[in-house]
Amino acid sequence: MSAQPGAGPVIETVGLRRTFKGRGGTVEAVAGVDLSVAAGDIFGFLGPNGAGKTTTLRILATLLPPTAGTACVAGFDVAREAREVRTRIGYVAQSGGSYRESTGREELVIQGRLFGMSKADAGVRAVEILEALDLAEAADRTCATYSGGMRRRLNIGIGMVHRPALLFLDEPTTGLDPQARARLWEEIRKLRETGTTVFLTTHYLEEADALCDRLAIIDHSRIVAEGSPTELKHEISGDVLTIGVNGHGDEVVKLLAAQPFVREAGMEDGLVRLFVDRGEEAVPAVLRLLDAKGLAPSTMNLHRPSLDDVFLKKTGRSLRESAA
Amino acid sequence: MRVFRDTWLIFERSLVLSLRNPVWVIMGILQPILYLLLFGPLLTNIAKMPGFPPGGAFNVFVPGLLVMTALFGSAFVGFGLCDELREGVVERMTVTPMSRVAMLVGRSMRDVVLLLAQGLILVLLAVPFGLEINLGGVAVAFLMLALIGIMMSPVSYTLALVLKSEDSLAPVVNGISLPLLLLSGVMLPMSLAPDWLQTVAKFNPLYHAVAAIRALFNASFGDGEIVLGVVLLIVLAVATIAIGARSFSRAAA
Ligand SMILES: Nc1ncnc2c1ncn2[C@@H]1O[C@H](COP(=O)(O)OP(=O)(O)OP(=O)(O)O)[C@@H](O)[C@H]1O
Ligand SMILES: [Mg+2]
Repeated sequence: MSAQPGAGPVIETVGLRRTFKGRGGTVEAVAGVDLSVAAGDIFGFLGPNGAGKTTTLRILATLLPPTAGTACVAGFDVAREAREVRTRIGYVAQSGGSYRESTGREELVIQGRLFGMSKADAGVRAVEILEALDLAEAADRTCATYSGGMRRRLNIGIGMVHRPALLFLDEPTTGLDPQARARLWEEIRKLRETGTTVFLTTHYLEEADALCDRLAIIDHSRIVAEGSPTELKHEISGDVLTIGVNGHGDEVVKLLAAQPFVREAGMEDGLVRLFVDRGEEAVPAVLRLLDAKGLAPSTMNLHRPSLDDVFLKKTGRSLRESAA
Repeated sequence: MRVFRDTWLIFERSLVLSLRNPVWVIMGILQPILYLLLFGPLLTNIAKMPGFPPGGAFNVFVPGLLVMTALFGSAFVGFGLCDELREGVVERMTVTPMSRVAMLVGRSMRDVVLLLAQGLILVLLAVPFGLEINLGGVAVAFLMLALIGIMMSPVSYTLALVLKSEDSLAPVVNGISLPLLLLSGVMLPMSLAPDWLQTVAKFNPLYHAVAAIRALFNASFGDGEIVLGVVLLIVLAVATIAIGARSFSRAAA
């Protein structure tokens, strides 16, 4: 079951919508999402809490029927041909998946067998996964005795047992320590080498930047940007200048926003953030202006736009702040 | 066939899990044993009353206990499913191509195996008290117990899938199983009841199951209740399995 690169998108959604009716009224969790994911890509779905990432993923994994719109996964319609889709995907939910009273090995083996593997094959595969995810020592202990990170790793392993051509991971690295996270990134990159398409959600910008071939940013149930991390960063031409201002933020923003060389100015995390065309010329100009007003900056930092800057520009908020 | 293989896989998994933590299994057998020891002796005198059905006191009482064991052994199985739902196990399996019928029937089979084991222990313990048995009758009686399990456990699983938590499931399951139990003549034969109560009881499938199993233990194979009980249970079991399998295929949404 390996994906065929160039055979058209593995995931394609058109006008995908999902509303939930509750006591507090109707929530529109996904409001018209159009996505196209190419075979073999690591595709990142980046967005703050409540943006609609999990809901979209659950629709794509056949767990939730869309209210409107269509979604094709691996060439099949998720609503009408759910079974076909299910044989071709792996899905790791944001939380849960393994049973407290089962052992890690048992869970991996039964999952493999439910996908049609023989007992022997599933056993061999379980050992492979246990070793790759650093769980070999805990293989025959019940999941109740696992630490949070171990349990998370097992749940991810369960989704990969049957070597799906398309793997959905909902916030795979949340709750993992840096070492385990690096190890998982490694595993995900290995999947790319085998031609597996990976669709993952995250709110870690570094993760999206380091791991993903392509990204979609979702905010308030809508896609606000899409492209490769480099493309997205290039969309913001010029440089980003952040300035520490000792509480004079509003004044400084007002002053600098009026300058012709400043494209955009705003406050984030107590720092003034400027989008400028040419950073090396902006720094002395800003210094002169602030000096004239007696507003000496405490810090200044010039850098190329990061994904966080992209996010800020597209949504008006910093993901670092909203994720904290 | 995929459905048979999947059913077996789920059966195996569920059985291993039940035996790993056998509190429920042990409770399930303890309860009828307590009835046997602490309630059974009362019956020896009541058995002399007019209107008491034929057979010794224990041939009337033990079939009732068996039905009670089968009922409790299957009506409360949804509790374990609530646990699996909460842990995301059901959702995870929903995203596999496995058969939805197997998700239900694999678990129900486990429930049946356990309740038959409990029933067997009960019968063996009751023989020294004066229970008279015949192999053919006991075999058919156990088939009926299995049918009760196959009928009731999908009800419990369906309720668990809808209600999702033990806290909401408990009162509903109690609310269903208690009247079923009281109106089946498990404790005392319904022949001692006033007419209106007997009429109401006739609408309870378990009433017929109890009557049939009593006839079977007494080797009264000509009793019409036997055929009636078996047919009723089969029809109901088919219906509840259909409903239960449907609930599993909708579970995740
Ligand atoms: N079953 C549900 N019933 C009602 N509302 C729901 C349901 N599932 C999701 N929502 C709502 O839909 C919106 C999107 O939720 P979703 O879980 O998709 O967000 P998310 O992007 O995955 O967030 P997070 O980063 O916190 O996981 C939220 O407002 C949430 O409250
Ligand atoms: Mg989520």
